Amino acid sequence: MNSAVIVFPGSNCDRDLAVALEQVTGRKPAMVWHKDSALPDGVDFIGVPGGFSYGDYLRSGAMAARSPIMAAVKDAAARGVPVIGICNGFQVLTEAGLLPGALMRNARLSFVCRPVPLRVENSQSLFTSQYDSGEEIVFPVAHHDGNYQADEAMLDRLEGEGRVAFRYLDSVNGSARNIAGILNDAGNVLGLMPHPERVVEPAHGGTDGRRLFEGLLEAVNA
Amino acid sequence: MKARVFITLKSGVLDPQGKAIHHALEGLGFSGVNDVRAGKLIELDLTDSTSNSDIEEMCRKLLANTVIENFRIEKLENA
Repeated sequence: MNSAVIVFPGSNCDRDLAVALEQVTGRKPAMVWHKDSALPDGVDFIGVPGGFSYGDYLRSGAMAARSPIMAAVKDAAARGVPVIGICNGFQVLTEAGLLPGALMRNARLSFVCRPVPLRVENSQSLFTSQYDSGEEIVFPVAHHDGNYQADEAMLDRLEGEGRVAFRYLDSVNGSARNIAGILNDAGNVLGLMPHPERVVEPAHGGTDGRRLFEGLLEAVNA
Repeated sequence: MKARVFITLKSGVLDPQGKAIHHALEGLGFSGVNDVRAGKLIELDLTDSTSNSDIEEMCRKLLANTVIENFRIEKLENA
């Protein structure tokens, strides 16, 4: 599986994501600078990593979402290439219109940085196929603007169409319906605030994130 | 030509920062504050040929997230 990880000025979780991808897939991802106008040929998967792109200036992910490389990412997503946006990456994907809704300042205003229990709501997607439906897992979060909001009609639609991928078990940041991660209409784009790439090996204190990348690898090679 | 863009949260969108400011004002002894909502002011210094629709496009495409924010444009005529 050929992966690409997009790097914006201020991204800081790109290397963790690259390490997780290399461990699981056996192949080093291409690190793609945001100013490039094209992705490498034959990219099977695109990761939009966490961090503080553009210092979160204006709005988190707002300027990164308008980077030159994003046109190529949108094209690839439209062609069905799997895309994951993690934390700042989720913010970038909502700002780019690849996922609905918006990520706002955490409801209690503090930066939340801890392992959180999640429930896998949809185990049918190519990202979550190696989890059981309703399985409870733990991923760490580290964010200030993780409060997922969308209008009621869109929230109902996400729930009804099975597009809520992960849900927080407790209130973490005020997200509507405790939504932690969502899928696009076609099911090939996933955005989530928690960090699966930070729990892929025992030294991380947990390995629940590994199966997300394993499921992805399996789907791409199917 | 200068323009000011005021960006505010849509009504109905919860504003925890506004609430925090509200509590802080009350803590300072201001009892008459019913509600506080915090927004942004962006000042643009533009060439005179920039049209109103150009400025609106700037707002829609970048300056405001129209999912959760409104924008209002004020053009400042040179004195």
